[in-house]
Amino acid sequence: MNPVLKLLLEGGNLSTAQLATISGLTEAEVAAHLDQLKRERVLLGWRPVLDLSREASAAVRAVIEVRITPERGGGFNRLAERLSRFDEVESCYLMSGGYDLLIFVTGPSLQRVASFVSEKLATLEGVISTSTHFMLRSYKEGGFLIETGAPESGRLKVSP
Amino acid sequence: MKRFVARHVASLPKSGIRDFFEIVAKMKDVVSLGIGEPDFDTPWAIREAAIYALEKGKTHYTSNLGLIELRRAISRYVDSHYGVDYRPDDEVIVTVGVSEAIDLALRALLNPGDKVLYHQPCYVSYHPSVTLAHGIGLPVPTRAEDGFALNVADIERAWQPGCKVLMMNLPCNPTGGTCDLPRLEAIARFAVEKDLIILSDEIYSELVYDGVHTSIASLPGLKERTLFLHGFSKAFAMTGFRIGYACGPAELIDAMMKVHQYSMLCAPILSQEAAIEALAHGEDSVKAMREQYHRRRDLVVRRFNAAGLACGAPGGAFYAFPSVASTGLNDRDFAYGLLESQRVAVVPGTAFGENGRGYVRASFATGYDQLSEACDRIERFVNAAVPCPEPSSS
Repeated sequence: MNPVLKLLLEGGNLSTAQLATISGLTEAEVAAHLDQLKRERVLLGWRPVLDLSREASAAVRAVIEVRITPERGGGFNRLAERLSRFDEVESCYLMSGGYDLLIFVTGPSLQRVASFVSEKLATLEGVISTSTHFMLRSYKEGGFLIETGAPESGRLKVSP
Repeated sequence: MKRFVARHVASLPKSGIRDFFEIVAKMKDVVSLGIGEPDFDTPWAIREAAIYALEKGKTHYTSNLGLIELRRAISRYVDSHYGVDYRPDDEVIVTVGVSEAIDLALRALLNPGDKVLYHQPCYVSYHPSVTLAHGIGLPVPTRAEDGFALNVADIERAWQPGCKVLMMNLPCNPTGGTCDLPRLEAIARFAVEKDLIILSDEIYSELVYDGVHTSIASLPGLKERTLFLHGFSKAFAMTGFRIGYACGPAELIDAMMKVHQYSMLCAPILSQEAAIEALAHGEDSVKAMREQYHRRRDLVVRRFNAAGLACGAPGGAFYAFPSVASTGLNDRDFAYGLLESQRVAVVPGTAFGENGRGYVRASFATGYDQLSEACDRIERFVNAAVPCPEPSSS
């Protein structure tokens, strides 16, 4: 695995300089790795992981199971790509099992998410059904536990 | 064949921007600050609305005035954003961009020889549109020292008997100039006193960075003598959709409709459908784009001044209009020199009228990184152009 990517995935909040020091590369080499990762579309972008219940402009989030009709030539791709381009859609996955697409949607209000589903999503030719689940509470976000505070370390300061 | 061309068309100069861009188009690695349209693609939801309409077979003519749902949405939008209430039934017409709205208005209003006041520097089409409608254009200068705002004293000086129309574009392409309320009120009083009709092209009005935009149509007594022209190109990044509108007194809208119905018939239905979506759900995208333009404006203004090109912060639109006087070059030589040696395209100010002499228009509707690169190159060009003072011998 790309050494810079490995460090990034370990989750430390590191600057380019710090990445360089740890990996034993020069800053220019780290920057070159990052550029390459972006060019190859491995690294798509950066996003902070937030506890949205504490963020003032709290968003409403929902997960939508969508059943769609596959098309000749493209299968599920054309509709999935079209849906993915809406700003409201955070993530969109093709799934095995009882439905075809799983879509994560965010909006400023319940109403906006609902109107996205009823006006944009459900009205599309090829969409057979939708099943919308609003998220009530988050316990873990992007690998971070929520509302547990810093864990008390049980380790002694000094031990034999 | 020339003898067949109508005199008033033959008399028009070709757009000054065109020949410049012919050269730009042939060059490689050019960072262009010459483009007068958003670099953003139309927000997806708006594009998708057009695709959806196409799928649903919306491929027919609409009412000459435009889809009534769109006119209702425009009426609500103009009321809530500009504080002017227009009836969707007979005071709103949907056009093929603001450009068509300007053309319709001038053709509907002018008798041959009627005079039209317009501020200058201004959008390249203003003077030709007046000429094509058999009117006579009278430019009113605006100046860098007051942020290219329009002053009533200058309008008074340019006024002549026979003036019928005052055309305004605030915020202004190419200067980014805006007008504060006292200035607007003074212009309004003058328009009433001289019985002028105002064509107010407010295409950039969502893109205002300092203070709030006031439409002259919202001032007391002005709604009756103003044609409020607006569109979707700039704020909603919909230039290629070619969709705009005019709001005004029913008799004037009716007159414009006559010209429209015999020439354009109606604006394209898919663009109208997209525009409905833009007004219904597009405001978040407008805000996001405005915030980006704001950051870019601050960058280019800071960098231009640091490089020695005097540049006031444009109050709106996405153009900076720096003076190139410090380089000792005129605007044309500056633009050609910059293109030749540093591969950055800006538009010479004289393309926007004689009052643009000594300035260039730099659009900041370009990504931040590209702008930053362009500023580096401009700085290098200015440093090379400005003769260094001789070091004093000790």
